[in-house]
Amino acid sequence: MGEASTREVYGKTLVELGRENKDIVVLDADLSPSTMTNFFAQQFPERFFNCGLEEQNMVGIAAGLAASGKIVFASTFVVFVVCRCFDQLRLCISQPNLNAKIVATHGGISVGEDGTSHQAVEDLALCCALPSFTVVVPADATETAEAVRAAASVYGPFYIRLSRPKTPIVYTEGYRFKLGKAVTMRQGRDATIVAAGIMVAKALEAADILAKQGIGCRVINMHTLKPLDEPAVVKAASETGAIVVAEEHLAQGGLGSRVAQTVVKQKPVPMEFVNLGDRYAVSGKAEELLRRYGLTAGDIEESVKSVVKRK
Amino acid sequence: MPDKASLQSISPSNKFNLSTPKLKQMAKKLRRHVITMTATAGSGHPGGSLSAADIIAALYFRVLRHDPQDPRRPDRDRFILSKGHAAPVLYAALAEAGYFPVAELATLRRLDSRLQGHTDRKFTPGVEMSAGSLGMGLSFAIGMALAAKLDAKAYRTYVLLSDGECQEGQTWEAVLSAAQFKLDNVVAIVDFNSIQLSGWTRDIMNLEPFAQKWQAFGWHVIDIDGHDFDQILGAFSGAGKTKAKPTIIIARTTKGKGVSFMENSVAFHGKAPTWEEAERALRELQ
Repeated sequence: MGEASTREVYGKTLVELGRENKDIVVLDADLSPSTMTNFFAQQFPERFFNCGLEEQNMVGIAAGLAASGKIVFASTFVVFVVCRCFDQLRLCISQPNLNAKIVATHGGISVGEDGTSHQAVEDLALCCALPSFTVVVPADATETAEAVRAAASVYGPFYIRLSRPKTPIVYTEGYRFKLGKAVTMRQGRDATIVAAGIMVAKALEAADILAKQGIGCRVINMHTLKPLDEPAVVKAASETGAIVVAEEHLAQGGLGSRVAQTVVKQKPVPMEFVNLGDRYAVSGKAEELLRRYGLTAGDIEESVKSVVKRK
Repeated sequence: MPDKASLQSISPSNKFNLSTPKLKQMAKKLRRHVITMTATAGSGHPGGSLSAADIIAALYFRVLRHDPQDPRRPDRDRFILSKGHAAPVLYAALAEAGYFPVAELATLRRLDSRLQGHTDRKFTPGVEMSAGSLGMGLSFAIGMALAAKLDAKAYRTYVLLSDGECQEGQTWEAVLSAAQFKLDNVVAIVDFNSIQLSGWTRDIMNLEPFAQKWQAFGWHVIDIDGHDFDQILGAFSGAGKTKAKPTIIIARTTKGKGVSFMENSVAFHGKAPTWEEAERALRELQ
């Protein structure tokens, strides 16, 4: 599996969108060399606003631009725009249902060495709590480009979470993303792994290992957490009878909670969860942290085995 | 970058264009609405609505280029009530201007009313922004003003803040950035009534020297008596002539203005008058 940077693709896609539509406006809070909105800034300086280290102000400005007919992309690290600005996201964007897109990078613990302060592990719970938001966590660079394009073309608030490190490529060019429509990436009868973001590649790896042991796993890429593709979850529960949810997030409020809510209500089956639990991580290399905190293909493999036993 | 075409497409001046004596009457009428509305609702924020009544009357009936028949017309001047708790006085002005029937004011804060407890742009014709969590309005105004520059539109963006909300850090983020972006199409007004929910602003978190702060942040500062229409109108006209920097009008006001027992009263920040108090207030506002 090759790797590619989701951030870089985000930056390039913004430039394409900027060329196609003069109403695309981009905001950043002093991190454009990292979020890669600097590509857009170079091409369209008049439509790019560096808000400095004023994330709360940036969200308000995004709302004002959106209320004036602009399609606004506002970017910085996840912690600074989601964790810091929750009230602004709520009052200025979610409640008035404005056309602003929060595309934030450096989500999850795979941020690595920068440590706990920079590792956003609560963001999916926070954004999924906002009624008018669409929440997307792309699995790779190809899907990122598609998700960003979808955000630009569909009215309403979006949160898209991207990662710091390069992400394994799971889709080839020509992949067409459908907002709110989960992608079944492997078929299998014994259990289903529902994953998002960097955990999709790990789920595929786990499915390959399990296949050799005679356990057939369906793998679902649930790129859109909100609105959740409930029919895909119910179908997986009905047809495979067991579900494991894998995400780079705390146990509470993210993909696991959302899938569980659907399963409990519509088709109860045994479930297991691969996530951070209820704790923060520390500094370290991304792969070291993913191992330390139980977010590897091996962890998914173990969870599948235990969930299958409970069927 | 004023665009002559867009200037001409809306009436070049406020369509009501009330004289100063008529503005005074209008402000009194708005104050009466505020009393009746909050008394009827049994809750709300009369003090900060009464302090802002003259500023709001001047804006809606003399300054803003707006069209009650077409609340979202693209070339309208924008007015953002950042101090969203003063919703009653804004609703009163919008009703008197014809955005919705005056009779609807009696529905304030009721289930299914378009007049929410704090302003909400989803429900009320003429309301530009949802507010109620303080310190966010100036940021929103900056977004609208940047859009005007991008689209070469001549509309101006006005935003009314409370003095209390200048304790919010985000307000100062926005103050910095409006100057950085050279937004001479933004006019902020601070309804400086010196009282916040739990006491006098100077005792809780002092803002003075207030004018010097804005000046140091790169704004054109106009310090006025916020109940004197000559000064209010003079300030708006001065703001319109300023180039390359935003203007702040510091309007020194009296909380609860116009009702003797509400003036400078901390209690009436967020408490509605009883019917008996409302009757006394309305007599004073004849």
